[in-house]
Amino acid sequence: MAQLTNTYRATGLRAAPSLRQRIDLPRRVVFGAAASMIFIVVLLLAFITWQGLQLFIKDGVSIGQILSPTWQPDSTSPNLSFGLLPFIAGTVYVTALALLISTPVSVGLALFLSEVAPGWARAIVQPALEIFVGIPSVVWGWLGITILVPFLSHTFHGGMVLSLPIAGDVFRVPGFLTGFSWLAGSLVLSIMIVPTITSVSYDAFRAVPQELRTGSLALGTTRWQTIRHLLIPSALTGVLTAIVLGMTRAAGEALAVQMVIGNSPSMPAAITQPVTTLTSQITLDMGNTVFGEPWQDALWTMSLVLLVISISSVVLVRVINKRRMGA
Amino acid sequence: MLYGMRRFSALAIAATVVLSACSSSATPSPAATPASTTGNCVTGSITAAGSTALQPLVQAAATNYGKACPGATVTVNGGGSGTGLSQVAQGAIQIGDSDVTAQSKLATPLPADSLVDHIVARQGWIVVTNKDVTGVTNLTTQQNVDIWTGKDTNWNQVGGPDLPIVLIFRPASSGTRSTFKKLVLNNAVEATGGQTLTEDSNGAVTTAVTTTDGAVSVIGFAYYNDPANKPLLNGLQLDGVDATVANMASSTYKLAADGHMYTNGQPSGLTAAFLAYMLGPDVQGTLIPSLFYAPVVH
Repeated sequence: MAQLTNTYRATGLRAAPSLRQRIDLPRRVVFGAAASMIFIVVLLLAFITWQGLQLFIKDGVSIGQILSPTWQPDSTSPNLSFGLLPFIAGTVYVTALALLISTPVSVGLALFLSEVAPGWARAIVQPALEIFVGIPSVVWGWLGITILVPFLSHTFHGGMVLSLPIAGDVFRVPGFLTGFSWLAGSLVLSIMIVPTITSVSYDAFRAVPQELRTGSLALGTTRWQTIRHLLIPSALTGVLTAIVLGMTRAAGEALAVQMVIGNSPSMPAAITQPVTTLTSQITLDMGNTVFGEPWQDALWTMSLVLLVISISSVVLVRVINKRRMGA
Repeated sequence: MLYGMRRFSALAIAATVVLSACSSSATPSPAATPASTTGNCVTGSITAAGSTALQPLVQAAATNYGKACPGATVTVNGGGSGTGLSQVAQGAIQIGDSDVTAQSKLATPLPADSLVDHIVARQGWIVVTNKDVTGVTNLTTQQNVDIWTGKDTNWNQVGGPDLPIVLIFRPASSGTRSTFKKLVLNNAVEATGGQTLTEDSNGAVTTAVTTTDGAVSVIGFAYYNDPANKPLLNGLQLDGVDATVANMASSTYKLAADGHMYTNGQPSGLTAAFLAYMLGPDVQGTLIPSLFYAPVVH
């Protein structure tokens, strides 16, 4: 017997692992993956926060100066100033206009797909949306710079005027000196966020139980009345989540926007004028500034502002969803 | 179920082994690999990064050097002058390319003292306009100051058509912009607002100037003389001097500056050999004129 055991050992075979060992190993692997993910996120948050605060700690710039509209970061400039307001305002304005353009289209498309479209139409539109998501942002920016920007510049060169016969000109916007503008940035972004808002809204509409639809129709309502009074109210939190996710995508987009908005570091004046955003200024300046100089510290502060925007929207989505659960 | 689990863990282990095997063989070490001398060639691998204005020259030289010396690999990246300087100061790369001196860029906490400057070429820039700006072939220094600070806003103020001037800048941190600001604008504060745009690279600037009515900007000679760009742009004289390589070499054309390649301490091995090649006849005599730079060694 002892002889046998030794032979068994000598062949290099070992006893089969116990049940506990077999279950534990994959669990450890999965847990390790999750833990390293959390570790990376925490490290990233800590690093960006630390770097973003250097402008205040090391360079002694006041919060008041950050909120000023004057951006003169060049150390040879006579009045050195790190005003981030043009960038924050640019990001907010460009994103807001993009959402204004994109939301009705995207929610309408989601309603069409979930309530109206026959099977064959859905079979075309859904893959088309997936292809949309896969188009790299540089391609959108390139289309913007070669088609949209010249089009805006040549079509609306003289200015846009909305006039009513009685009141005269009620709305006058200076013409495009160049096509590079707030409007161009918002238009490019509005196309890019259509798939995000559409797919999340679509899921929200599909989540409304079929019984509610049939019940509503049985009461004699039209399809539009069902959509207007039943589907939109029931799916509202889901649609709001979709809009917030679209907003996050728009605020974080750098390349496509940078190519068409002109990047003029001054306060946005009109939708026909060039503006700038946090993301585009970071990409423009990061390669040319040196780690540790106040100029680059200001770029880190911009990253921190972006991080705060994206964390706020994650929190907002959570709050919206919690209210849906509670309702 | 249990069988599946065991398979899964075996796979996980196998995957880990494969991954670690890959990373040990494929990832290049950031430090220079030990170089050994073979005749006139030095083998090994180094990285040069930084200025995009100098990048076409360094890239072409690195390719030629690699052909002549098969054991040597010189990797060339862009990233901007600031990136080149801070990475070479930190020891992450062997050569940092820059349009400006290290002293003007690097303050604390990265001391510029340990960096050694190697001037390899002179590079020039030219003021260009959209084709619709007819009748303007020359701008004086004073006219440039008036245009770029926003004092003149229409081309008819400098002898051109009745057309608003659109200023297309490079980012304020770029080497091109700071060189132009120092040499031509005498550090005057540039205009901001509705008639100004900022574009990231020589290529983006060229596109913006060709598609925007009344646009003016500053680009490198190499980009202006590219056959694909030249017919689309009006190149202007500066103070009556043609923007040519010959005028830049004789210092009569003033919008020009040295192209720097910085090393951290005195170079050795492949770094020293490559810098010697940059200053040798192949690059200075043949490559530099073909790319519209001016040689520093004759």
